[in-house]
Parts: sequence; C-alpha cells; structure tokens
Amino acid sequence: MHQNIADKEVVISIQGLQKSFEENHVLSGVDLEIYKGENVAILGRSGSGKSVLIKIISGLIKPDSGSVKVFGKDIGSMGENELQAARLRIGFSFQSSALYDSMSVWENLAFPLIRNKKDLKKSELKNLVESVLQDVGLMQTMHQMPSELSGGQRKRIGIARTLIMKPEIMLYDEPTSGLDPMTCIEINDLIIKVQEQYGTTSVIITHDLTCAKHTANKVTMINEGRLLRPDTFEVIFNARNPEAKKFFDYNFIT
Amino acid sequence: MEIKPVAGMTALYGSQKLKSVISKSADGFFIGIYNVYLFIKRFFRQVFSFPFEFKETINQCYQVGYKSLPLISLTGFITGIVFTKQSRPSLSQFGATSWLPSLISIAVIRALAPLVTALIAAGKVGSNIGAELGSMRVTEQIDAMEVSGTKPFKYLVVTRITATTLMLPILVTYTGLVGMLGSYLNIHQNELTSFPAFINSAFKTISFLDIRSSIFKALCYGFTIGVAGCYQGYNARNGTKGVGRAANAAVVLSMFLIFVEEMVIVQFVNTIR
Repeated sequence: MHQNIADKEVVISIQGLQKSFEENHVLSGVDLEIYKGENVAILGRSGSGKSVLIKIISGLIKPDSGSVKVFGKDIGSMGENELQAARLRIGFSFQSSALYDSMSVWENLAFPLIRNKKDLKKSELKNLVESVLQDVGLMQTMHQMPSELSGGQRKRIGIARTLIMKPEIMLYDEPTSGLDPMTCIEINDLIIKVQEQYGTTSVIITHDLTCAKHTANKVTMINEGRLLRPDTFEVIFNARNPEAKKFFDYNFIT
Repeated sequence: MEIKPVAGMTALYGSQKLKSVISKSADGFFIGIYNVYLFIKRFFRQVFSFPFEFKETINQCYQVGYKSLPLISLTGFITGIVFTKQSRPSLSQFGATSWLPSLISIAVIRALAPLVTALIAAGKVGSNIGAELGSMRVTEQIDAMEVSGTKPFKYLVVTRITATTLMLPILVTYTGLVGMLGSYLNIHQNELTSFPAFINSAFKTISFLDIRSSIFKALCYGFTIGVAGCYQGYNARNGTKGVGRAANAAVVLSMFLIFVEEMVIVQFVNTIR
C-alpha cells in the first residue's frame, strides 16, 4: 500500500517550536523530523495546534521560537523571494478547500500555473489541467463554479490545484473533515495515490483515526503543545499516555 | 470577614475602569493609524516593482469604472436638475436667472461632481472591495494564493487601489458632464436657452484651477476608497461577521475621510485662488 522509503533524506526538520496567541500557548516545544517519501499523520483534538503547526511549516505563521527547516533551510529566516520559491515545492490542501469562488474549476487549476510558469503554452496548460483533473476523477466539473460542487468534489479540486504544481511536500489540513464515510475513503485513497504517483512527502493533520491509519507510514499526536514520538499507528494507538488513550477511546475506527 | 467599602472607593474604582477603557481605545486608535501607514507604505513599495499586474488592473478598472456608469449617470443627471431647480427661485428674485449656467457649472465642477461621485463610489465600490477581500480572507483564499507562490497583496490590493485611483477622475469628469446636461435640459425647458449659449455662459467662469482641483480631489478620493476597502477587507477576521464589518467599515471610513479631504483641499485651493 505505501511506497518504500528508500531515501532517508530529512525534508522537514522541526526543533523546539513554540507558538502562543496571547495567553494561549498552542505549541510548547515541538520536535519532529520527516523523511522524504513519508506520509506522517498528526492527530490531536480540535484546537490543539495542528493547523498552526502546518501553517508554520508553510510560512503562513511565524513561530515565537524554535526552528523549522524545509529542504534544509529555515523557513522563518527566508526572504520574500526565497520563501516564494520554497512554496512552489510545497503544496497545501486547506480544510475548507479555499477554492477561488469567483473562478471556475478550470480557472482555479490554471491560476497557479499561469502565475508561476509564464512561458507555458496554451496547449501545455490545457494538458496539465486535464491531466490533474483525471487524476482526481473530476473531468466533468471543469467548467463548473466552486459553489456548484459537493464538499468531496471541492476537497478533491483543492488537492488537484495543489498537485498541478508537482510539489515535493504535501500538507493536508483535515482532508476528511465534514465528509461522509464513503467520500472519506475516496480522499484517503487519493492521498495514497498522490504519494505513489508523485512521490510526495505528506503531512496529514487530522482527528480522523481512519484517515491516519490508512494513509500514514508514521503517526504522532499533539498533546499540550508537544508531539508524542512518531511511530506506527498501532504503537501510538496502544500508547500508555492517558491523554492519547482518552483520544482514541472516544473515536471509532473502521 | 466582610470588607466595608471606604468612602470614595467605588468612585475610585469607576474612574480607574474609565481610564483603562479610554487608554485601550486610544491605544487601538493609534495602533490602527500605524497599521494603515504600514499598509500604504507596502502599497507604494509594490506598485512600482516588477512584475506589474496589468491584466488584473485593467479588469479592476472595468469593475470600478464601467460597472459604476449606470448609477453615476443617474445620480449626476438628477443632481444637475435638482440643483438647477433649487437655485432658480433665489436668482429669479434678482432677475439673475441668466447666471444659472455659471452658478451650476461652478457648483458642479468644483464640488458636486467630485463629492457625489466619491460618495457613490465609496458605497458601491468600497463596500464591494471590503466584502470581496474580507470573504477571501476568512475562507483562506488569500492564504491559498500565498502558499501557491502568488503575491496576494500585489494581485488583490495593488490592482484595486490603482484602479480606484485611476478611475475616479474619469468618473468625476463624466459626472460633471452628465450633471451639466441635466442642468441644461432644465434651463432650456424654463428659459429656452440654446445649447451654445448655455455652454458659453457655463464655462466662462470656470478656470483651469477649478478643473485641476477637481481632478486632484478625485485622485485623492479614489485612493482613499481603494485603501479603506482593501485595508478593511484584507485584514478581516471572525467569519461572516467580520466580512460584514469590513464592508461596513470600508464605506463609513471612506465617507468620513472624503469629507475631511474635501475640507482640506478646498482650504488649500482657496488660498491659491
């Protein structure tokens, strides 16, 4: 099911990461290393800081202290142009999909290509858009507006828009939230397919244990601003940590 | 043990609370001013830097300019007619209705055209920009642009502020002409004045300074509307409530600043005159 991790290159290295919002200490010393080709799921309760963590990785939020290195370079100390270049190698799938609601599906997918690859021919653009739509199985939605799509379709188009730039790292923020169980399975399968087909390294933020179990090579859990030592799903599931046990006891797994 | 209040303690506590509230409001006000300054500074840094978003700027000019024409046409036309009708009784008392074209042209070109156009634009364009950018902010579309390698500030904010700044002078000129047309129709209906006579009388009293000050006002108002709408929308928070607040604040702030600018520019122009 999962691609073998032949190359042990560290693509994301987080050390001593801290972030607070006024009196709320969201992250209190997060350490994590993610290797090339891995799918790492980060579990945690709502409001535990999971989304804050991946937004820091993508450079959307600046940490209070600690370091986040992506491809060996500290995201926090990058200049605007360097950060922009790094972001072209990182894909971010938002919880709400974040499709541009004034543009059709085709325009949403073409937008990052037109912005970043100025000398792309029209025929090449068309091929890339159609190829990624076929990968997510939504060719028929090409000319529809985001408001006309279902939740699952919006999620898949959001992933497609990220994939079209062929990123090396994919960040998924709650990829299955708000979706029915059948659609969740489709999204989980898509995440695995992306890893196999594109060779991406993925960080999956979720509180959906099924998603974590089916998509991730390694799983960790965020609790009181820190991460448990990443390991397989079974090891984390059987962890003695009382907060982790409580989290798992209140979830159903298929 | 019950603590008995010392005389004046309640008053002291009340005044301390009042001081705290005033202090927080003052802090918020000055922080807001500083943030707007940084926003404007960022605009000027990016508007002259490569790459230029020509296509999106043209699109925004179309949205701001062309799409406002129907409303501006109606408002300008009615303003010209109403102002003429209201001015006629006072002038006819002195048998000076022949001065109507001059009076109207001075009022329309110096004050009414820029002000009416700006207020209409603040309501229509300002609220539209505030709501659109606010909606994009709270639904993470701006974040999505940022992580996909697009510079959202340049693509969304710089283009809109440039469009409002460039289009307001054109709209003001158009409003002035439409207002004068409305005025002419009313004067022709009542005094049977011919069009060449109307034009000759109307523009006899207008100087180049009047036209320049009107265009300058329009540039200032356009810039203000763009900055107010974009600042409120780009920094919107707290979901749909924040979007509504951003749209409302964009309009209110624009209108307030337009009147302040009107007062300042009029004082300045009168000093030159």
